[in-house]
Amino acid sequence: MNVRAQISMVFHLDKCIGCHTCSIACKNIWTDRKGVEYQWWNNVETKPGTGYPTKWEDQDIYKGGWEKNNGTINLKGAGKKKGLLNIFHNPNLPVIDDYYEPFTYRYLDLIESPAMKDQPTARPVSLITGKPIDIKMGPNWDDDLSGTPDYARKDPNLQDLSPAEQEAMFQLERMAFFYLPRICNHCLNPACVASCPSGAIYKRGEDGVVLINQQVCRAWRMCVTACPYKKSYYNWHTGKSEKCILCYPRLEAGYAPACMHSCVGRIRYLGVILYDADQIESVASDDGGKLIDRQLNMLLDPFDPRVIQAAKENGVADSTIKAAQYSPTYKFVKKWGLALPLHPEFRTLPMLFYVPPLLPVMASLGEQDKSQGEKLDPIAKFWNDSWLYDTSTEDLWGTIDQARFPLKYIANLFAAGDEEKVKVVLKKLMAVRIHRRNVTVGDLAEEKVEATMRGAGMDVETAEEIYKLTSLAKFDERFVIPPAHREQALEMLEFTGDTKGSVGFGFKEKAERGL
Amino acid sequence: MENLFNALNNFFLIALPYIALFVFVIGSIWRYRNGFKFSSLSSQFLEGRQLFWGTVPFHIGILFLFLGHLIAFLIPSGVLAWNAHPLRLIILEVTAFIFGVAVLIGIVNLLYRRITNSRIAVVTSKMDYVIIGLLLIQVFSGLWVAYNFRWGSSWFASVLTPYLWSVFALQPDATAVAALPWVVKFHIVGAFLIIMLIPFSRLVHFLVPPIDYLWRPYQQVIWYWNNREVRKPHTPWSLKRPKNN
Ligand code: SF4
Ligand code: SF4
Repeated sequence: MNVRAQISMVFHLDKCIGCHTCSIACKNIWTDRKGVEYQWWNNVETKPGTGYPTKWEDQDIYKGGWEKNNGTINLKGAGKKKGLLNIFHNPNLPVIDDYYEPFTYRYLDLIESPAMKDQPTARPVSLITGKPIDIKMGPNWDDDLSGTPDYARKDPNLQDLSPAEQEAMFQLERMAFFYLPRICNHCLNPACVASCPSGAIYKRGEDGVVLINQQVCRAWRMCVTACPYKKSYYNWHTGKSEKCILCYPRLEAGYAPACMHSCVGRIRYLGVILYDADQIESVASDDGGKLIDRQLNMLLDPFDPRVIQAAKENGVADSTIKAAQYSPTYKFVKKWGLALPLHPEFRTLPMLFYVPPLLPVMASLGEQDKSQGEKLDPIAKFWNDSWLYDTSTEDLWGTIDQARFPLKYIANLFAAGDEEKVKVVLKKLMAVRIHRRNVTVGDLAEEKVEATMRGAGMDVETAEEIYKLTSLAKFDERFVIPPAHREQALEMLEFTGDTKGSVGFGFKEKAERGL
Repeated sequence: MENLFNALNNFFLIALPYIALFVFVIGSIWRYRNGFKFSSLSSQFLEGRQLFWGTVPFHIGILFLFLGHLIAFLIPSGVLAWNAHPLRLIILEVTAFIFGVAVLIGIVNLLYRRITNSRIAVVTSKMDYVIIGLLLIQVFSGLWVAYNFRWGSSWFASVLTPYLWSVFALQPDATAVAALPWVVKFHIVGAFLIIMLIPFSRLVHFLVPPIDYLWRPYQQVIWYWNNREVRKPHTPWSLKRPKNN
């Protein structure tokens, strides 16, 4: 057992309101510069939808991630052979138009325009060429556009849904969607690291953050192709690739990353998870369809004395082990089994997990037709009014099977198509809801509630815990950041002997007297 | 007139090579130490399709020609032995010529792309034009020499190789080369100029081909310190250099 610590994340999709505050927080801090205007290290997309860059999930187009052939896994569009052979021209590199051409408006024209008969306008101009452009796309161009032929229907996750299922999904009155915020997953088997010919990308041993060394990057741009989530971006101005750094300077100082700190829906959780690094290769190359189970099995119980012992032997700090025990992500992912990785089939072993959304799956339009109501289970609640959402259930599990959102779709996103996996999670989420409804409103039959809880394998105590961490958790419970050990912080950057007598970090100069 | 001629020959064939090599070495070290600017500055992200028809013939051609010149410089006897058979000589010359033409086509396409595409214009520096111009002249003069003064691979090995070795041995002897036609000398001067400009242009990426990728493990984890050692009570941690694994 080779125990390492990884900062992992959980996004609770039922809580995301799609406000894009996270994206803006990130942009303001990190990507408000020339060459990276188009980069959204954090982006929020509407699902079903094509996302950013357009259809990023379709690896027939982008050739990202790992693929399994003859027993081993290889990078689909990069790697030693493909990468070096295609180094002069990478046939699988997305170009800027796959994201969007960054633009601004000539606001000054509004102010400086001479008096005219018509209102002056601010024309859009490209942030690359500075010339006027017709805006074709933006970073969240398909926001809220569920059902549209150009966007929602081109979602790659719809591919193996039957035409009937797809049609049902897009019937005007049944239409639903949810938001999918994405950042770099700081994977355990990162395709970006493996694809970099100059070895500029690496995973930090201490906390698992994946970073690109800007001094070593030579613009071979293989990571852009290799990352299946398209979370490594090329800075066209400096000729260096850049990616989400999980706000590591903030983490080291004990602050949550900017996107998480600012999240309005409080959907984000961050904490340490201990894992067994010896298993990475075998898990990533699993081919018995057990990829998710095995990925979750790699994550170790921080209370298990053997794990603690092995972690200590490996030099994991006591404070980090403690942080792992309090980790909210450990609870969501392992203890409660509520969170799943996004597209595990890309085999990068992502460390950002999602609690799949219950509402769009379960809710249906309130039926006005009385005869419908009579068909319902007498103990289930029936809303006979014009509310938009009816979360009542014919039989409490009924709607999960006949969900308005085909389960297959959610399963394609979070479980490599395995509907059972998603169903288990949704049942648990439903059980918590029904339990809380029973506590707060008390209009459900006791035996029905118990049946639901039993069906989901949930006890009252756990349901309460889940409810608390989901809805009431304060800052310190949502983000449990291990101390970065400031007493060793200098060593995290460089050897003290070299810095003695010099000034500051980073691009530094000696404080020498001029000639 | 004779004197002027000698002076020019001395300058271009003896002084310039040393200046160029000196500037190249010092400049490369200086540039490398400012690591952030060391990049191939690929522009494929802004325009990919036209680029293909420029960069691929250019790079493949120039790599072949570079290796060809290098081999003739390092093992001239080998080249001469190969060329002993006329058929082999012709095969070599024709292939080299084809690669030369590929380079020419490549550069013309690249230049055309740089001039016509407004996005690419934004990421084009003056130095890019200087380099493209020099390369264009260089490959043109090279093709010219190859066509008009046959068979270059043989006389390169017997005339130019000794000259280049004499330069590197710090006993420059340009007498044989001085007698060559002016286009050949022009080609030599161009080569040294390009070498001189490598550290000051995007050509730096030629110095850092990612060969070690072939034997490095795919995944890289970097520790800032030796995690096990640093937490042992008896380890004086301030003396441990950061250790990678
Ligand atoms: S999400 Fe992409 S960029 Fe981030 S670690 Fe994984 S492979 Fe690398
Ligand atoms: S800030 Fe939070 S709630 Fe708003 S879009 Fe981002 S993840 Fe969703």
